Amino acid sequence: MDISTQNTDTDDTPPPAAPPAVTAEQKRAARGATRPGDRIFLALSRGSGIFLLVIMAAIAVFLTYRAYLAISKDDANFLTTFEWNTSLLPPKFGIAVLAFGTVVSSIIAMVIAVPIAVAIALFITHYAPRRMSGPVAYVIDLLAAVPSIVYGLWGALVLVPHMDGLFGWLNDYLGWTGVFSWDDGAPRSMLTVGILLAVMILPVITNVSREVFRQVPQMHEEAALALGATRWEVIRMSVIPFGRSGVISASMLGLGRALGETMAVATVLSPDFDIHASLLNPGGGTFAQNIASKFNEATEFGRDALIASGLVLFVITLLVNGAARMIIARRSEYSGANA
Amino acid sequence: MAKRIDVSGLTAYYGSHKAIEDISMTVEPRSVTAFIGPSGCGKSTFLRTLNRMHEVTSGGRVEGKVLLDDEDLYAAGIDPVSVRREVGMVFQRPNPFPTMSIFDNVAAGLRLNGSYKKSELADVVEKSLKGANLWNEVKDRLNKPGSGLSGGQQQRLCIARAIAVEPKVLLMDEPCSALDPISTLAIEDLIGELKERFTIVIVTHNMQQAARVSDRTAFFNLSAVGQPGKLIEIDDTERIFSNPSVQATEDYISGRFG
Repeated sequence: MDISTQNTDTDDTPPPAAPPAVTAEQKRAARGATRPGDRIFLALSRGSGIFLLVIMAAIAVFLTYRAYLAISKDDANFLTTFEWNTSLLPPKFGIAVLAFGTVVSSIIAMVIAVPIAVAIALFITHYAPRRMSGPVAYVIDLLAAVPSIVYGLWGALVLVPHMDGLFGWLNDYLGWTGVFSWDDGAPRSMLTVGILLAVMILPVITNVSREVFRQVPQMHEEAALALGATRWEVIRMSVIPFGRSGVISASMLGLGRALGETMAVATVLSPDFDIHASLLNPGGGTFAQNIASKFNEATEFGRDALIASGLVLFVITLLVNGAARMIIARRSEYSGANA
Repeated sequence: MAKRIDVSGLTAYYGSHKAIEDISMTVEPRSVTAFIGPSGCGKSTFLRTLNRMHEVTSGGRVEGKVLLDDEDLYAAGIDPVSVRREVGMVFQRPNPFPTMSIFDNVAAGLRLNGSYKKSELADVVEKSLKGANLWNEVKDRLNKPGSGLSGGQQQRLCIARAIAVEPKVLLMDEPCSALDPISTLAIEDLIGELKERFTIVIVTHNMQQAARVSDRTAFFNLSAVGQPGKLIEIDDTERIFSNPSVQATEDYISGRFG
């Protein structure tokens, strides 16, 4: 190697003058957009990004405008009222019951689905023999592809008729809490909806968690093994902490589906416009179910009112996602991605 | 309390592939033994049979005996988990747990073994970090993540984590190959201190390193690719590097092959 050419690099220190003004041409070069192919790709990708923002803004504007039309004529408090009468004069409607039902059924679904999904994902990645993990993963993928109306029919025809045993047991042992008391009505209640939603969101949470757990570097698992960790301790020390933020993201995907699920809820739930302390007695409602069941027969104004409730669901979903991102960001220093 | 390692007739397999064949050697307590040899000669595999990490890889199994003082690590009824609590290991790439703080990394092994009071843990963590010559650099940021340290510091953190549980033997698999020369020097100095307390076995590709840190050196070789690796000779380091008794060793050390 020629040493003199190496040295010119260090000898040739630039004078400490102000940096020259950056021309538009240089800026373009810095983005790598000087050749025609690069320019086309830059324009396409930038255009797609802007297009997405425009669509989001258009949806928000549409929802807000139509919601404003409805809420401004609402004679009752939109947030706290327990009724939905848009054809009265003056109209009275509020989303209290819908918000309660949506949040409660989604919480039930998450409480049931997340632990099971994480356990299945750990089984597939760390316990099952290879011959078995492939088919199990495949079946879970299939579950994710089943249309929600099919889940709804299954829920109404199979799940509901089989809930009596569980409901009776819960009423006998936990009925005193009020939350699990049951007055022998048809089990078309929030708990049944929550269980059905849990089945529906299980595959998506399982699949994403599985991918995350699979990516845990071998060297972190070996670090735990070499300290004398058992298989479960390896999972507790390195696999779960490494996959934590991924599991949160996976759960948010599932929660998004649970919050917005329409047909499955509408086929199973026997709705009314009241908040019930018991999860076992029928009644209540969710945003999506309410919109689906009322939209066809609604007047122009009734539709605006339903759109207003859709706006609230939109906001709740945004808040939930924001909270999840904050949880992940707060621990980013300790993220497994720093490995 | 450091222990003697006594290996006799050890053959290791990955599935049907025989990785190393018929290895016998003795490693004295409170000494440093270096394993050298070309890539693929099975020195890392042999190292991993000494704490039963070898069998973590699917299809990994072993024939022969490894005695730690008088206890056979491969006897029926011996739990590999308890073996690894006696025989610690440091890996090629520094691998502190990224989701844990510096303190928790060092305390990780202790927490596996049972419950300790906070003050006990703090004592052991301080002692281990001092033992790994890392205490002065990290004492003000024990609650910061271990992944924020430099590569050399991370490797010393891993050594602190390994010695915190007071193993009898410390295995090191090319501990300096991912580090710069200054960090390498720090680790080599540390090895010199640690051999007062532990039996140390180190795999290295760096022959100067083997000459600098070890008391005894073992040379491994394989006759052809796909053939099992074998122990060619083990002797005092000085002898291996000045006057080895096997021609192949001399060829390897003088750079004539491998």
